[in-house]
Amino acid sequence: MGNVVKIAIRNLLRYTRRSLLTVSLIAFGVVFVLVFVAMTGSFKEAIVGSITDSYLGHLQVHRRGYVASIESLPLNLNLEPAQLAAIQEALGSLPDVAGASERIKFNAMFSTFVETTGLRVTAVYPDREFAVSPKLPARIVQGDRTPAALARGKILVPELLARGMGIKVGDTVVVVATNKDGSVNGKTVVVSGILESATGPGGRDGYIHFEEAMEILRMQGRETTELAIRLRDFGQIERVGAALRERLEGRDAGRAALEIHTWAQLSPFATIATLIDMMALFMKVMLIAIVLISVLNVMIMAVYERVREIGTIAAIGTLPSRILALFLVEGVVLGAAGAAAGVLGGSAIILALNIWKVSIAFGGARQVFVLGPRIDPYEVVLASVLVIVVSVVASVQPAVRASRMEPIDALRHV
Amino acid sequence: MRILNVLSRKGERSAPPQGADRPGPARGGTVIRATDLTKTYAADGVEVRALRGVSVDVNAGSFMAFIGPSGSGKTTLLNLLGCLDKPTSGRLEVAGTDVTRLDRRHAAAFRGARIGFVFQSFNLISVLTALENVEYPLVMVQERPASERRARVLALLDAVGMADQRDKRPEQLSGGQKQRVAIARALVTHPELVLADEPTANLDSETAHTIIALMKKMRDEVGTTFLFATHDTRIIGAAEIVYTLEDGRLTGRREQGA
Repeated sequence: MGNVVKIAIRNLLRYTRRSLLTVSLIAFGVVFVLVFVAMTGSFKEAIVGSITDSYLGHLQVHRRGYVASIESLPLNLNLEPAQLAAIQEALGSLPDVAGASERIKFNAMFSTFVETTGLRVTAVYPDREFAVSPKLPARIVQGDRTPAALARGKILVPELLARGMGIKVGDTVVVVATNKDGSVNGKTVVVSGILESATGPGGRDGYIHFEEAMEILRMQGRETTELAIRLRDFGQIERVGAALRERLEGRDAGRAALEIHTWAQLSPFATIATLIDMMALFMKVMLIAIVLISVLNVMIMAVYERVREIGTIAAIGTLPSRILALFLVEGVVLGAAGAAAGVLGGSAIILALNIWKVSIAFGGARQVFVLGPRIDPYEVVLASVLVIVVSVVASVQPAVRASRMEPIDALRHV
Repeated sequence: MRILNVLSRKGERSAPPQGADRPGPARGGTVIRATDLTKTYAADGVEVRALRGVSVDVNAGSFMAFIGPSGSGKTTLLNLLGCLDKPTSGRLEVAGTDVTRLDRRHAAAFRGARIGFVFQSFNLISVLTALENVEYPLVMVQERPASERRARVLALLDAVGMADQRDKRPEQLSGGQKQRVAIARALVTHPELVLADEPTANLDSETAHTIIALMKKMRDEVGTTFLFATHDTRIIGAAEIVYTLEDGRLTGRREQGA
């Protein structure tokens, strides 16, 4: 086999320019795929990390029907204390769970005594929330970035409202809300910080202490709208989600009272992530097309130009299977050389991108995503195998044609 | 250097199927037995009868030429004898094997083991050196170990006077040098039969004489049978038996003193 490879390489080198052009084309395709996958992977990782670490968590548990009506933030679909206890018991049995944060979410009126507007309030226990949303402090653009910012009597105000209503840290504001019985209540709180939206400007979400919300909403017991969960390993989301579902959704005589959602089921970015994956797939299809066309072209030309030579080697006794192998190996060598050059080139570009620190900021958001593209070994192997397999496929027709040539006809070829 | 020593070692014949593994005929025995061969093919819709009942026996170690005008059937006959083509009818045994019954794969294996070819245009592989061209059948056809290949190829290159040119590619060689390399390639597998179609047509007179002398030397030393299809009077003069073909028929046989 070594001799076949050696002769195949010699054959490719006889048309140096053509072979180099083909290898370059394949390498370009591989570079493009690897860099694209690395960049989009890094982008996805940064955005998903921001979404999950800033406010969403990895998993969320709600009472059944809550997510379907989430836009109105209903208070009559809160988790009851017994349900919460059951959830926490289930979480305790799952070692992959790093932490959980109970939240009350409700719509409120927000007033500076001069102006009033609507506000979506999330009430949390600060220590637990900071553990589940470790990037939340980074979103506090003014004021206290410690859990003390969410002590009783404090509020984190969204930047959009703060700017529009001229609110500063230390100002006193009023939060007024209607509870599930229709009773209206309000409380004055002090602005402890200005909060940037996790997805760029446009957010209307503020944070207060959990017990502050219980007081405003005049809750008799400890009700919870949702439980946000953070896992130790992001990659275990589906598995832990399934385990939680098995433990919780089967309760109440088989009628599920609870819903467990992953971040992807709750965030519209999951659709964008799927689109990015589809684009990566499209790039791979393009790579297949590039390799197929370029290798096929070279191999067809090679057979056409070497008809007499094929006749000669067939006449002196080279078996058809060997002639087939010779041309297949030529195609494989082209593909392998292109894949190797592409992996090297792609690695170099990705290394350069890491050195130069490419960053992305959305709209006017202060939060900057520094992309750290990296090559997944799986993608490298996949791209290389893909190129080599397609090279073989592209070489089959010309190789079969060469192996089936009658030596007597081939020798007559001018 | 006598190449007989190198080419007659024990166990050197490869083992292709259907008759190729049988021992070859002793010198003087019959290496080719062709009986009533015909070959008909269609050219532009017209039926051409290239051979019409040719019968010929060739003894091992012969130095034989087929002559005749263009279109007389010389090359067609050589192609049949070389298992490159099949007769339309008739019987053909080469080295004791009925070669008309071989399929493509077995015919290739048979050629690789038993027959060598020398072409008018040399047909060397342009990307390989002289040494690699001679080595090619041992690598790609007979799959011999490297140590054995080396010794055999160097001995043959030395025998044809090309040892000092062994690292040159075909484009760096003259016509005569190319044909020497082609002869070495034809002999390297220890064939019983070498078929040469107009081997001197592209060579000048002096080179042609040298090449003819070289082939005869090879026949004398190794015992390989040489068959030529030629117009070249120098080969005709050197041949021991000359057959004349006209319109696809053997019309004459002449034995000559070497």
